[in-house]
Amino acid sequence: MNINKTQHLNPQLFQKDIEMQPIRKGFGEGLLEAGKADESIVALSADLTESTQMQPFAEAFPERFIEIGVAEQNLVTVGSGLAAVGKQPFVTSYAGFSPGRNWEQIRTTICLNDRNVKIVGSHAGVSVGPDGATHQMLEDIGLMRILPNMTVVVPADSIEAKKATLALAKTQSPAYLRLAREKTAIVLTDNSPFLIGKAQVLAEGSDVTIVACGPMVYEALVAAHSLTKHHVSCEVINCATIKPLDAETILQSAKKTGQVITAEEGQAAGGLGGAVAELLADKLPMPMHRIGVQDRFGQSGEVTQLWHEYGLDAHAIMQAAIKITNRGR
Amino acid sequence: MIEQPLDIKALELKADEIRIDIITMLTHAGSGHSAGPLGMADIFTALYFARLMNYNPKNPDWQERDRLVLSNGHINPVLYVTMAHAGYFPHSELKTLRQFGSRLQGHPERLRLPGLETTSGPLGSGMSQAAGMAYGLRMDNQKKPHIFCLTSDAEIQEGNYWEAVMFAGKNKLHNLCAIIDRNNIQIDGFTEDVMPLEPLSMKFQAFNWHVLEIDGHNFEEIASAVGQARAIFEKPTVIIAHTIPGKGVDFMENDWRWHGTPPGKSDIPGSPPVSDQAKVALEELRTLKGKIRSEHQ
Repeated sequence: MNINKTQHLNPQLFQKDIEMQPIRKGFGEGLLEAGKADESIVALSADLTESTQMQPFAEAFPERFIEIGVAEQNLVTVGSGLAAVGKQPFVTSYAGFSPGRNWEQIRTTICLNDRNVKIVGSHAGVSVGPDGATHQMLEDIGLMRILPNMTVVVPADSIEAKKATLALAKTQSPAYLRLAREKTAIVLTDNSPFLIGKAQVLAEGSDVTIVACGPMVYEALVAAHSLTKHHVSCEVINCATIKPLDAETILQSAKKTGQVITAEEGQAAGGLGGAVAELLADKLPMPMHRIGVQDRFGQSGEVTQLWHEYGLDAHAIMQAAIKITNRGR
Repeated sequence: MIEQPLDIKALELKADEIRIDIITMLTHAGSGHSAGPLGMADIFTALYFARLMNYNPKNPDWQERDRLVLSNGHINPVLYVTMAHAGYFPHSELKTLRQFGSRLQGHPERLRLPGLETTSGPLGSGMSQAAGMAYGLRMDNQKKPHIFCLTSDAEIQEGNYWEAVMFAGKNKLHNLCAIIDRNNIQIDGFTEDVMPLEPLSMKFQAFNWHVLEIDGHNFEEIASAVGQARAIFEKPTVIIAHTIPGKGVDFMENDWRWHGTPPGKSDIPGSPPVSDQAKVALEELRTLKGKIRSEHQ
């Protein structure tokens, strides 16, 4: 693989002491900045202000911060009402509860009703860790991406989360932003390009395309780096927008390599893997492998233990790449 | 812009015209809900034609309009008919209810029909949206618009409903007025059998709402209650409007089996034969039988 210089990746990318930050932190910074630029932005919390990183906004704009309490159905529907009178609400909770608990309200009062509400689901993925299966949301990408009129964004690191938040603050339609809890390696820099709906080719290769999102982007890059020793040349795509899917970038790469691996920190069914599988089945059928949770729930543990257990790390991606590339040889 | 408010005699006649149109459009559509729309015809008539609400059919997005959020979307026949009478769209369009390509969807869809404030059908979430609107308008110091959230009684069984009631009470949303169609019926039977709601007024009081109870067929009481709701600045107001489901059609009144059925579709014991149901209902409404009028004398 060759690192794509136009992507301005973190120069310390493959060093052991790479800087780590929680992805959700970037959201908090982005929301504060967006709030300074646009007075119509309001933030709604469901009793999780600090852990969803809304504290800076709440302190800077107390009059635009609305505490809803432990009521996720009310969270999104009050958001819909605020949007109806010209506000631009960012409504936050843990992904397990929003959109986990309030899907119908999102469907009817936000998507079908076309209200400009940004739903922010933090603590997605098994990397939530010790809290266990109830709090490790794995189905949210699928739940959100099947809704008409919904945009779905899964940033790779805190830098991208900030960019995504600022970009979403400028759109006028419903969106879901998925955030992880734990510290994640910083893959990108301030100069890295970001556009909603655009997948970015972070590294170019010729044998296999790895399409990843969220914390799996770093794992994909580490896997691709190690695979050069096995003479496997990987193309790594950061697919931060799951919907609308950047079909052009993915198909172009798939045409070149002839095989595709997807990697996400959620159910392998219905999420990014599902979206890419649908695309390839429709346009360009080819061998593919979906890295993700295989129809199971999470459990308590440390991040590294859990990623290993569920096959969600660079090692698992490497194994999949070796297997899929041997197929044609 | 808006015609002079009608007097009580004229309101009675307008409500009767609206009921006739409800029966006609439901019969034509062959599906939809009968009892709720007939029961709420007087309240809709009062809101629009006694000028209890500020609205402008020629400019449905007018910033200073009052908002009518219909939480129980299934009674939309009464909303559609009232909107047609108020001039939002041609009266002739009423016969397209529930048909392919119609702006009058089976449940209200905001994007399809100008003048609708939201999309609804799934119950219990209108109050939250109305509360969000009230909160947002108050943030902007917009004093004129009042938010009216019309809800059924059975949808109070939804958890989301109480989340909204709590939120509105906490935030003292004085520009929010809920009007509950307390007709005591739902699809599976009487509310107090299916899942009791009483003591309803005490529940709202406990959540820091101002509570009014009225006869939902008495125009003077409706007007007085809405006036009070506008005047109270400390709390949101709920008007528990006691109504007769199926009001105006003898064989439908107070019979929960007419909740989700249009005339001419179901053989319901105690009702005329299926083929005569629409005819009998319309005859009754057209002649008034002296019934609606007498109750206001």
